[in-house]
Amino acid sequence: MTAATYFFAILFYAASALLVVGLIYKIADFARTPAPLLIPTTPAPTTTGGMVFRMFREVALFESLFKANLWIWVFGWMFHMGLFLVLARHLRYFTEPVWTWVALIQPFGLYAGFAMAAGLGGLWARRFLVERIRYISTPSDHLMLALLLGIAVTGLLMKFVMHTDIVAVKAFFLGLMRLEIQPLPEHPGLYIHLALVALLMIVFPISKLLHAPGIFFSPTRNQVDNPREARHIAAWATELDGK
Amino acid sequence: MAGPEIKAPAYREFPTIPALQPESMAGSKSYVASEKIQEAIGFQGKLDDDWQVTHDKAIAKMGDLLGKYRGLKVFMDSCVHCGACTDKCHYFIGTADPKNMPVARQELMRSVYRRYFTLPGKLFPSLVGAKDLTKEILDDWFNYYWQCSECRRCSLFCPYGIDTAEVTMAGREILDHVGYGQKYSNEIIGKVHKIGNNLGLPGPALENTLEGLEEDVKDATGVDVKYPLDVHGAEVLLVTPSADFFAEPHIESLIGYGKVFHAAGISWTLSSKASEAGNFGMFIGNYDQLRKIALRVREAALELGVKRIVVGECGHAWRAAYAFWNTLTGIGAGGTDPFAIELQKQLDPNYKQPSHICEVTWDLIQQGRLKFDKSLNDDRIITFHDSCNVARASRMGDYAGGQFDIPRNIIKAVANNYVEMEASTIRDKTFCCGGGGGVLTDELMDLRIKGALPRMEALKQIADHDGVNFMATICAICKAQFTKVLPYYGFNMRLVGGVHQLVSTAIKLGDEQ
Repeated sequence: MTAATYFFAILFYAASALLVVGLIYKIADFARTPAPLLIPTTPAPTTTGGMVFRMFREVALFESLFKANLWIWVFGWMFHMGLFLVLARHLRYFTEPVWTWVALIQPFGLYAGFAMAAGLGGLWARRFLVERIRYISTPSDHLMLALLLGIAVTGLLMKFVMHTDIVAVKAFFLGLMRLEIQPLPEHPGLYIHLALVALLMIVFPISKLLHAPGIFFSPTRNQVDNPREARHIAAWATELDGK
Repeated sequence: MAGPEIKAPAYREFPTIPALQPESMAGSKSYVASEKIQEAIGFQGKLDDDWQVTHDKAIAKMGDLLGKYRGLKVFMDSCVHCGACTDKCHYFIGTADPKNMPVARQELMRSVYRRYFTLPGKLFPSLVGAKDLTKEILDDWFNYYWQCSECRRCSLFCPYGIDTAEVTMAGREILDHVGYGQKYSNEIIGKVHKIGNNLGLPGPALENTLEGLEEDVKDATGVDVKYPLDVHGAEVLLVTPSADFFAEPHIESLIGYGKVFHAAGISWTLSSKASEAGNFGMFIGNYDQLRKIALRVREAALELGVKRIVVGECGHAWRAAYAFWNTLTGIGAGGTDPFAIELQKQLDPNYKQPSHICEVTWDLIQQGRLKFDKSLNDDRIITFHDSCNVARASRMGDYAGGQFDIPRNIIKAVANNYVEMEASTIRDKTFCCGGGGGVLTDELMDLRIKGALPRMEALKQIADHDGVNFMATICAICKAQFTKVLPYYGFNMRLVGGVHQLVSTAIKLGDEQ
């Protein structure tokens, strides 16, 4: 067993713990904080079902972004949908036997990797080429794109150029899930890929990646437009009534 | 006004996005509220002499707001700097100052949020764009949070629904808290509490004004249309922006409301206590002021024993009434607590509480209870300017988007010539007039003129092409702002007016038939 095997085993346990604990903390924090006034961006759905449908369109189709800017939408949607398929495809390294739907989407997941990288490239190019976006970009915005692009490129390289022993990689992760350590193949591409993924998991709950849980708590999108029909009042504001 | 003469920016041949001109609006600054103005409404009078004290108070207040408003917290965490909002703000389009891009306006606060409330900001500030709160940053807050009209156009386009208005409100709330308020808004809030309305019109003056109005309408129409004040037992309490009582063209709409009630035979009254629909508590993001100002309407309704509450043509007032009154004052339906029930059992459940005057008029038109001579409006070629708070922060009628259709339906019912402005500048995508959200003050005239550019371009297009000579709107601030700004763009100031001004022109008052 190599030192790298132990290093990555510990890294993934730590990264998973930080991701889960960090996200639970942030989501609980969002959920706990009251929204004292109804502020949906109107026209907004007048029923809960309508609101859920609006949220679905935002999350799955990026409806608002589509209205805002076609280029950002194209690159952003391509990247996110690519990432989604790639993640789904990777489930086969964590399940035995592999679920049928995961097996079925394998070919799509492959192309999705290219879509993901292309989308990231487009988003990154905008940070250099468009003056307004250059103005608002921070170093961490660039690093985040570098991180994601690094993950995508090393993944694609391992699939198409310098293969790794994928069966052993799967054994390593299935082992981790049973709390036993199996040898990880010695492969520089794999090391970089896994290290970047772990880094992504660690920064997720403390970075702008919080937009993923954030949108579900965004009052302009998740509130129902019914202020005249129902009295909406936060706990801290209830005490003011009658004073 | 002192200083160089202000000129409107040139119309853009194509609506291209301007190249950045950093700091071009750094000199555009509201007057700071005096100690007297600040203290009259319960804020600290002025900044502490010791910066550290101000700094600590501001950060503590930010922490307080982050715990009270989920929106603020989610918005601080969620922005990815995608740039979707960067070209959506009328002030950015008109001024090219990058700090007027919604994301950059938010970033003035977000950079401080990151520094004090997030781990990466504490550890690696320059990496994530986190900044210590300095006096310079606080000054930037004052300048640029008072260059936002809280119109929410950016929130429409943000993939996470981040609403810069909420950030602006939080920024203003912190500024007020540390003694750095804006003179214009805080002075007006003082007047509402002291006199009853934003314009400082006392009860007796209001009574005189309304009597004069009755005489004018009698002279013009030969009909005794009443403009009643403080009538107990009236069916409808009308709450309207105080500009409606004497400003032009606002008063023409007030005349129109009275004619609608007269023709439909609905008893109604104004209230000297609640002689103001506007609520500047919203502009400064202060829940307490928002609530106190709104409570005057509850008290007036209970005292007068009215069955319905109707709101006149005013954008932000309609947002406050529609979206916030039920929460703040129990004016609405569905309340199950004693505070809400006390009022809600008095109000007639057959009507929406509160109702917009346009909802009232449109209902009456549909019931056939109003008759018009549309030809009386034939000298006008009319367009409609959607006011931001009506368009993106409230509703009319029974379905989402009713706020766009109902005013247009009314216009088409009372006039023959109607033309729509360019599609990307109307309905939910409407551009602010440039004067909303607490910036309707003379020292910000440069900002107001530049901020009107996108609306003026859309208007110019149909004025040239279709001969449009009347832009109807349902907001007192839009009316005041356009009256001031239209001449800078080569239009007649009388080109703007109210929807009920058109109603007033064409309505047949029952008596003469």
